[in-house]
Formats: sequence, C-alpha cells, structure tokens
Amino acid sequence: MAETRYSKDHEYIRIEGDLGTIGISDYAQSQLGDVVFVELPVVGKALAKGGEAAVVESVKAASEVYAPVSGEVVEVNGELEAAPGTVNEDPAGKGWFLKLRIKDASELDALMSEAEYQNYVKSL
Amino acid sequence: MRYLPLTETDREDMLARIGVSDIDALFSDVPAGKLLKAPLDLPRAKGELEVERILGRMAGKNIAASAVPFFVGAGAYKHHVPATVDHLIQRSEFLTSYTPYQPEIAQGTLQYLFEFQTQVAALTGMEVANASMYDGSTGTGEAVLMAHRVTRRRKAVLSGGLHPHYAAVVETLSEMANDEVVALEADVTGSEDILSQIDDSVSCVVVQSPDVFGNLRDLKPIAEKAHAHGALLIAVFTEVVSLGAVTPPGAQDADIVVGEGQSIGNALNFGGPYVGLFAAKSKYIRQMPGRLCGETVDSAGQRGFVLTLSTREQHIRRDKATSNICTNSGLCVLAFTIHMTLLGQAGLTRLAEVNHANAVKLADLIAGVKGVSVLNESFFNEFTVKLPKPAAAVVEALAGKGVLGGVPVSRLMPDAGLDDLLLVAATEVNSDDDRAAFAKALSEVL
Repeated sequence: MAETRYSKDHEYIRIEGDLGTIGISDYAQSQLGDVVFVELPVVGKALAKGGEAAVVESVKAASEVYAPVSGEVVEVNGELEAAPGTVNEDPAGKGWFLKLRIKDASELDALMSEAEYQNYVKSL
Repeated sequence: MRYLPLTETDREDMLARIGVSDIDALFSDVPAGKLLKAPLDLPRAKGELEVERILGRMAGKNIAASAVPFFVGAGAYKHHVPATVDHLIQRSEFLTSYTPYQPEIAQGTLQYLFEFQTQVAALTGMEVANASMYDGSTGTGEAVLMAHRVTRRRKAVLSGGLHPHYAAVVETLSEMANDEVVALEADVTGSEDILSQIDDSVSCVVVQSPDVFGNLRDLKPIAEKAHAHGALLIAVFTEVVSLGAVTPPGAQDADIVVGEGQSIGNALNFGGPYVGLFAAKSKYIRQMPGRLCGETVDSAGQRGFVLTLSTREQHIRRDKATSNICTNSGLCVLAFTIHMTLLGQAGLTRLAEVNHANAVKLADLIAGVKGVSVLNESFFNEFTVKLPKPAAAVVEALAGKGVLGGVPVSRLMPDAGLDDLLLVAATEVNSDDDRAAFAKALSEVL
C-alpha cells in the first residue's frame, strides 16, 4: 500500500519506493473550480522542494503547483492536456500531474499524513 | 483614493537601486547639445488665431504626404481610407471605450474585436488571431518570445529580409531576456541560405514576405525544415494589403503570423499608433500574448462575446503571464475592421490587384531612366531600385522637385554598404501623373 503525504499548499505525493506521484488534493480541486488547463514541466527537469512544478488554471485563476519534495521529473500526465477536467473528477487517481524520482526521502518527514491533512483542511 | 506622489526618499531609493547618482544620469545617452538646459523660450500667452497661424507656418515647411506624388513605404503605407471609417470610429462609445473586461457593458467593443480576429485569421490563413498588438514590430518581438515558450528553446534566427526596425525590437527584447538572436546579413535579392541556419537548437525562424526589399519569399521549404527540427516558422508582413494577392502564410504552414495592419483603415499617423496583427495555430493558443475575444452564449442562450483565456494575461498571471502586453490597439483595430468590412473579400482582392498593377507600371517606368535598375524578380507593391549615386542624396533632390520618392536603404541599414539602393512603394493612391512626375524628376536629378 503506497503511502500518501500532503503539503500545506494542498499537493499530495504518493510514495512508491523512490518514486513519488504528485497531484493536488480533492480539497484543492474543489476550491479551484473547473480546471481548464494544466501546464506540466518537461521530463528530466530537476525540481527543488517548494519550487514551481506545474501550473493549474481554472476558469478565473491560475495557481502554481509546488514540488512537495526535491527530485527529477520522470513522467508527466499527458492525458491532462486533452482532459484537464480529470483533475476535478479524480484528483487522487487519473488526475495526477507528474512523477518524481525523490532525491532525499528525509524531506518527506516534513509533510502531513492523510489524517493530519484532513484535520488541517478542517481548520481552514 | 488618494494620489501619493513620490517623496524625495522614494526617488533616492530608486536611483540607488539602479545605481545612478541623479535623474540627469538617466538621460546620459541624449546628445549633450540636444538636451534643454532651460525651459523653451515661449511667450506666456497668445490668441488662438495667432497660435494657429504660427504653427501653420511651421507645418508648412513640411511636405505633406497627400500634397505630392508619394512613394514612401518601408513599413508604413499611404492608402486611401474611406471617409466612413473616420466618421464611425469617432462615435463616443468607440472613442472612449475602456478595457472590455465587463462583458455586460462592453458587447459593442467585444463584438468588433471578435470580428477583427475573424478577419485576421481569414487573411493570414491561420486558426486563431488575437485582438491585436501595438504594431508589427512589437508583435514580432512577442512572436519570438512565444516561440521560445512553445519550444522551450531560446534562439531565434532572423532573415536578412526582415525589416531592420522589427529585427531591432526582437533584439532588444531578447537582450533583456538573455535569449540568443542570429540576424542574417541584409538580403537584397531574397536568395539567402536560411535553411542551413536551422538545427535542433533553434526555437524559431523569422521570415518576412514580401520582405523589406519587396521580394516575395517561398515560406514552405523553410516551414518544412523548421518543423523537422522542432522549430517554429514566424511569418512577418509589413503590408497587409499583400494578403489580398499572395498565398497566405497559413497556407505555407507558418506557425505564427505577425504583421502590420496600418494599411487598412489607418492613416500614416506620423508613424503611430498602428495596429499589430497576430495569428497562430490553435494548438499554441495558450502561449499567445495579448487579449483574445471569444463567442459564447449567456444564461438565456443568446449569442454574446467575452474576453477569454485571460489566465494567460498579466492581471491574473502576474510575473508568469505570457506577455506584459495587456492591451491592444483598440481604435486602430476598429478602423481596420470597418475598412475591411467595407472592402469585403472581393474588394480586398481588387485593391491588392490595383496596388500590384501600379507598382508594376512604376517599376517599368523608372527602370527606363538612365542608370537606374529594378533589382526584384518578384514584388507586390514595393521594390528595390539601384541608383548610380547614393540614394539619400537622390531622395533629397527629388523632394526639392516636389516628389517624395521612397526610403533610402541607408536610412534603415546605415552600415550595410547599400547606399545606392532605394525602396520604392506604390499604392492605389498613385496616378499616372504621379508616376510620370517621379520618372521625370528622377531623370533630372541623376
């Protein structure tokens, strides 16, 4: 069972070995409204923890998606180009943004667990 | 809202930040003798009639474009604009229109922007056009930046047939962004080898047709080679009327088409304001600069217009915007759209034919002047003439005889060693008498 951790900016990272799948939480997609476009990084790009990883656009706003941990982009979800609405429909599943080779696993410790994140969202 | 002017401390902070000692240092590249040391010696007051007389006398020292046979082009063209255009654009709703971000009160503005975009897309043979840029040159600079965003490369190759002012704008913008520009040598005959410049490091190739020397360029092989290397072709024009006669760049597989629309609906306007046309393949729409107007339906299902895809723009994307252009040439666009609507497709074709025919007649006539040759194998309404002496002096002498004969190449490219070349433009406003006067004056001054 892959573990999922969350950042305060509402990104999730699902950890499988040294790979992390990154997307935005269900709460984030509901706050954004209808997603109309996702701009993804190029495969091979080195991302720094907290650096801009992608951009998600809804009808009236554009938000940066930050890398919850450092690493190299190994895959991006090309399906989102034609169907950005997938981010709204299935944020934790088919609506993933990118896969990252995690550079430093200890950076994961600063992120929230599922339960911690749910409490965090309730506090907002 | 209070208006808070800068304090002395604000000024000092700003000067310190950019590393200059005082305000005067900001004007250091103005030649010393040209900088006023004291206010102009103007009288405190004069009557309106007297002021009109004085200024009228001063203006009378100029030779007005409409007063003499006029063959000056090189990016700004004298065409006939129907009186209807000027009358309609002066309606206060249009003249004072503000940014149409509130569609519920800006349907008129939005609709003409939409019509304009439709016209530009049709003219250029492209899928999507924006609501205009400031002018052709800044549009070209923006097109290069857009190509860099699309390809994620940062090197532009500029044809030697690109108008030098357009190239200069690209170079200025690129310099500030640390992007690479490869500008080819001036290409008088349109025969440069631009294909060999294209490799996997190139983001875009910028080619003008008709080029600054008037030559028509075949864009298709350039598009093919560019695409084979993952680069984009940016097709440029300075004379939009040419699109009534030549194969549009879209049909030659250009990725971005950008140019000057001044010829339609707009006077020479002392060099500006003008109207930049900007069109692209729809797959690149999100990387386009400027405003885009779209058609939609309201809650009652009625057709309406809105600015769309605004998340590209700086009021939403801030520093991540595709461009810091957040405006468009609204009134010039309206003039363009009204004139184009009056012409229609058949009218534009006819206008283009008359322009070309007039240019052919003129070329034949002046090629008959002793010592003069026309260099072009192809042209639309502008061509390059080789003279037996420096063109700048010839143009001055022609002006003395009441003919404005064209633009010396040396004025656009002072260091290119092309001082004996003259760019000559002909439009529908030139009559047989104008052409005869030009040929006669030319034979007298040579």
